[in-house]
Amino acid sequence: MAILTAPVQALAAVWSMVVGLRVTITNFFKPQETIHYPRQEVPPSHLDSFRGHIELVGTDEDPAKARCIGCGLCAELCPSFCLKVVAEDLPADPTVSYESHNGADQLMPRPKFKAPPPSQAQPRKLLSYHLVYHTCSLCGLCVQNCPAGSLRFSHDVYLAGASRGRFEFDLMERLRGQAAHGGPKGGKAHA
Amino acid sequence: MSWPAADPCQGLEGDLYARVFAEGARDDTLILNMGPQHPSTHGVLRVLLEMDGEYVMRAEPVLGYIHRMHEHMAQNRAYVQFFPNMGRVDYLHALAWNWAWAGAVEKLAGLEVPRRAEYIRVICTELNRVNSHLLWWGAYLLDLGAVTPIMYAFEDRELVMDMLQLITGSRLTYSSFRFGGVLTDIDTEFVSRCRAFLKRMPERLEMYRELVTGNAILRGRLEGVGVIDQMTARRYGATGPVLRGSGVGYDVRRAEPYGLYHEFDYAVPVHHDCDCMARYMVRMDELEASLSIVAQAIDGLPEGHCIHPDAPRGKWRPPAGEVYFAVEGARGKIGVYLASDGTEIPYRVKLRSPSFSNLSLFAEIGQGTLLSDAVAILGSLDLVIPEIDR
Repeated sequence: MAILTAPVQALAAVWSMVVGLRVTITNFFKPQETIHYPRQEVPPSHLDSFRGHIELVGTDEDPAKARCIGCGLCAELCPSFCLKVVAEDLPADPTVSYESHNGADQLMPRPKFKAPPPSQAQPRKLLSYHLVYHTCSLCGLCVQNCPAGSLRFSHDVYLAGASRGRFEFDLMERLRGQAAHGGPKGGKAHA
Repeated sequence: MSWPAADPCQGLEGDLYARVFAEGARDDTLILNMGPQHPSTHGVLRVLLEMDGEYVMRAEPVLGYIHRMHEHMAQNRAYVQFFPNMGRVDYLHALAWNWAWAGAVEKLAGLEVPRRAEYIRVICTELNRVNSHLLWWGAYLLDLGAVTPIMYAFEDRELVMDMLQLITGSRLTYSSFRFGGVLTDIDTEFVSRCRAFLKRMPERLEMYRELVTGNAILRGRLEGVGVIDQMTARRYGATGPVLRGSGVGYDVRRAEPYGLYHEFDYAVPVHHDCDCMARYMVRMDELEASLSIVAQAIDGLPEGHCIHPDAPRGKWRPPAGEVYFAVEGARGKIGVYLASDGTEIPYRVKLRSPSFSNLSLFAEIGQGTLLSDAVAILGSLDLVIPEIDR
């Protein structure tokens, strides 16, 4: 029987190749799985979940005005330091009298712990919002933690550029442009 | 090695590694650099080889070409800001690293994770493991000279990546876990896609078996090559499929259960042949085990929150203390040691990556093999170089 072992093994080896070739040949006649990108594009419905760079969300009344309250939490949390929020305090409401304005708090004993003063919780006026996208790592911390729901991810898959400047965005300007072109109004912050 | 004074080649003995390595080499051998730009080292791994003809006499891996100081970066930022780094340590099984970091901090601060979030973590991490093994399968066969299988692997990987993109938003470097849960909940579309994928995969795995696993050429290349006996694997601290291919049934999910893995019924595949084929078979069996875990998790998905309502957001201060937390990645045991002094940033972070230990085996088992077998051994260790250097 030992004389038969080698031919049987050789036959088994050849048969394993035939089985493999059958797989290759059946797949050869199946429709193509890939697309030829510049000439064909993936349907937009397949790109909904793509996380592009962040963008500002407009208010429901005025899509050109961001919901952002200028608190700067996003810029503080960003691990890559790629956000810059420029905002100014709104002019103080003359009908409200703060303790620090009239000097009353100087007369009182200071408690060890106290709630943040009301001016911090008040919205500030957003002047500009800058994003340097080439250092962003798309972790989503800004979107997740935005208290006003003013940030979301864009779905621009085909963003490409040949210079750094192409990836530095003024997001307020972008929002105004989107509103002028009837872009998405309001909407939820996708994560 | 000493050169005559008038030798025009004086000073051309190579860099420090090569000069140290060349000491003690025989005169009739060749010192050769394999890498750092060699396609079969899958990244920037450099292996110094002393070659006698086609045989490797000695081998020594040289590391550090993609060292990015991840541990030091962790010590310079708030706890939650380290998540994007975890996806870049091991880009093939990013979610296991996400889980290791989230788990370590949750253990430190005693945070609770809702059941639904635990299930979502299991589902994504196992899908990510399938993804990682499929890429290894394709790339390994590419190393061995089979060009077509990686195309089939990518066809299935695309489906997994599309699914994971739905919940994480990214396709490779995921950072979607948070302390006390996950960033996004899964919806009905994800569940239906996942079920379709689970239905499709058994047929595909059968096809992979017919196309590759049974192939006589592959068996000839892998059987009896790169034998790592049990004691050698243990001595070097090898984990994951490398250890399980050497007959040790060690899996962190079973040995030190974390998350809700104790609720699932799955096999830990072990093969006792200790060669490259055993490691190959372990990974192919693990694909089935992972798919079975995903199926059970999808069927038993509980209702609830995807993140605990009281989970810390933004910068926060966990209590002081130190913890060690380990998870099972696609390459082995991923460990995070974390020391906190109670401030906003970690005091010390140490990342234990499985590929580092697995690679150190190569210096020993690569000795005396053919160069083409050395490539087969390196591939069978499933190395991810950014994970080795960290």
